[in-house]
Amino acid sequence: MPGYKNLSIRQKQIVWAWAFLAVPVVFYVVIRFYPTGSAFVTSFQEWNLLGTRAWTGLENYEKLWNDPVFWKVFRNTFAYLIIGTPFSLVISFVIAYHLDKTRFMHGFLRMLYFLPFMTSAVAMAWIWRWFYQPVPVGLFNNFLASLGIPQIEFLNSTTNALPSILAPAVWAGLGFQVIIFMAGLRAIPVTYYEAAKIDGVGWWTVLTRITLPLLKPTIVFIVVFSSIGFLRIFDHVFNMTTNNPGGPLNSTKPLVLMIYETAFSDFDMGYAAAQTVVLFTILLVVSLLQLWLLRGDATK
Amino acid sequence: MSIVSERVGNPATPPKATSDTVFAGRAPKQANMGQILRWLILFLGGLLMVAPIAYMISTSLKWPHEIYNVKLIPDEPHLENYTYVLEDGRFYLWFLNSIIIALITTVCNLFFDSLVGYTLCKFRFPGRYIVFIAILSTLMIPTEMLVIPWYMMSQAFGWLDSYWGIMFPGLMTAFGTFLMKQFFESVPDDFLEAARIDGLNEFQIWWKVAMPLVKPALAALAIFVFLGNWTAFLWPLIVTNSVEMYTVPVGLSSFGDEVDVAWELIATGAAISTLPTLIVFLIFQRFIIRGVVMAGLKG
Repeated sequence: MPGYKNLSIRQKQIVWAWAFLAVPVVFYVVIRFYPTGSAFVTSFQEWNLLGTRAWTGLENYEKLWNDPVFWKVFRNTFAYLIIGTPFSLVISFVIAYHLDKTRFMHGFLRMLYFLPFMTSAVAMAWIWRWFYQPVPVGLFNNFLASLGIPQIEFLNSTTNALPSILAPAVWAGLGFQVIIFMAGLRAIPVTYYEAAKIDGVGWWTVLTRITLPLLKPTIVFIVVFSSIGFLRIFDHVFNMTTNNPGGPLNSTKPLVLMIYETAFSDFDMGYAAAQTVVLFTILLVVSLLQLWLLRGDATK
Repeated sequence: MSIVSERVGNPATPPKATSDTVFAGRAPKQANMGQILRWLILFLGGLLMVAPIAYMISTSLKWPHEIYNVKLIPDEPHLENYTYVLEDGRFYLWFLNSIIIALITTVCNLFFDSLVGYTLCKFRFPGRYIVFIAILSTLMIPTEMLVIPWYMMSQAFGWLDSYWGIMFPGLMTAFGTFLMKQFFESVPDDFLEAARIDGLNEFQIWWKVAMPLVKPALAALAIFVFLGNWTAFLWPLIVTNSVEMYTVPVGLSSFGDEVDVAWELIATGAAISTLPTLIVFLIFQRFIIRGVVMAGLKG
């Protein structure tokens, strides 16, 4: 490189920066941006992977609007979010709050709560599927039977199946949320608590006036993180209902599973792409909404 | 769990009862009833949390007729299920696939995410802001939206059913890039300047001076990327067709369907696919938890 030596230090920096970025920029353009555009474009087309693509305008979106299965799936997807997020938020906070005040064998207790986070969703979905089986196979119903309590239909019931599938998803995510909450609790300066103690304030006031307001950034992070997770639920549903994906009667089918089936069972690529655009919009709106709501709250 | 109530310095209670370990270093020497109760409830809750894992292991050691029994300890534990599941070699193959894919992806992420993070953090150059915003914006795009175009690409280029096909979407992540960028902020510019005067080129400065200073962040990123790829399901499910190319989760899913109601075999397969990460976790527990907190909060 004969010209390189004549460059100023600043110009050399520019050359190096772009040399470092060359491969990553190609990657992001080809593997992230092009496919994103492609998904939008495909959503206006009809294509079965083999024939030619045909432009159909908004037909896929109209079909989606008039598809009763889509609305069922839409409700399910939000049911996962609306049940899953508050449950996991409250449970993980309560655990973290008390774990934070426990010294004796603290590391051991924390390990117990964190362990499920290290498991794979597929493996544990199959284990929980076994738990939910009717007697004489399933663990839960066997427990109920030994206590003389009537059987519960978990995965075969249109009302119980969705929460049953949600449970292992909440369970697996708790450990992560607990340690994030504990990190947030540790970050609160001890002086606040000391001041409260001098003022003789009760524990409930300390919790609601000091701990929770100061935890706001942690809470926002966990709510956004877990909401996005629940809106994208797939592994648990797919593996717990392989004999009838999203069943019974589509009562557990989330949007990602519908996308998967439309694209890779029905090969209706345009329709599936339209569904992914809807998913993208939902995720965008939910994360913006939550950030906005919680920020508005903090200024009170 | 709220029954473990306590009063923080309530004037009505004598000082002896104002027990609160929040006040670092001021915890009473004697544990009172409330604390014991709190510990017991937390302990029972913890046991409940690990119970599914314990039952998975226990069932994998049981005979078929025993799985109807809710007892955690099998009457006659045996390893026949493991012999049976591992016999035809599929699980070994899936293991190998998963390890190769997770390792290459992790190394690739560590290299490129930190390189890009470092460049965005320490260099001033035209186009920096655009690159920054562009990579940041990919955080808003869900993987599920990209699987259809990725599939079309893989089909067009013949990447279906190959290691490359499984790996290519995850070779770099915006999450890792911003995590590393955050950590490079703490590397003083003076260090880099000193190395520059010593005659190192920019690549050497990054590799030999900056990288060793962010080792904890690299470890945290490695844990996240490895675990994410080890448990990844949707994309490997889509892109693989042949049994030999399955990763552990995809293989386990098809295995579960195949043996149907043989729950002791399913538990064995699940245990085989979960135990390695659990064992690694138990060995490096403190380190991994710290890494997860770091990546979770800074990323």
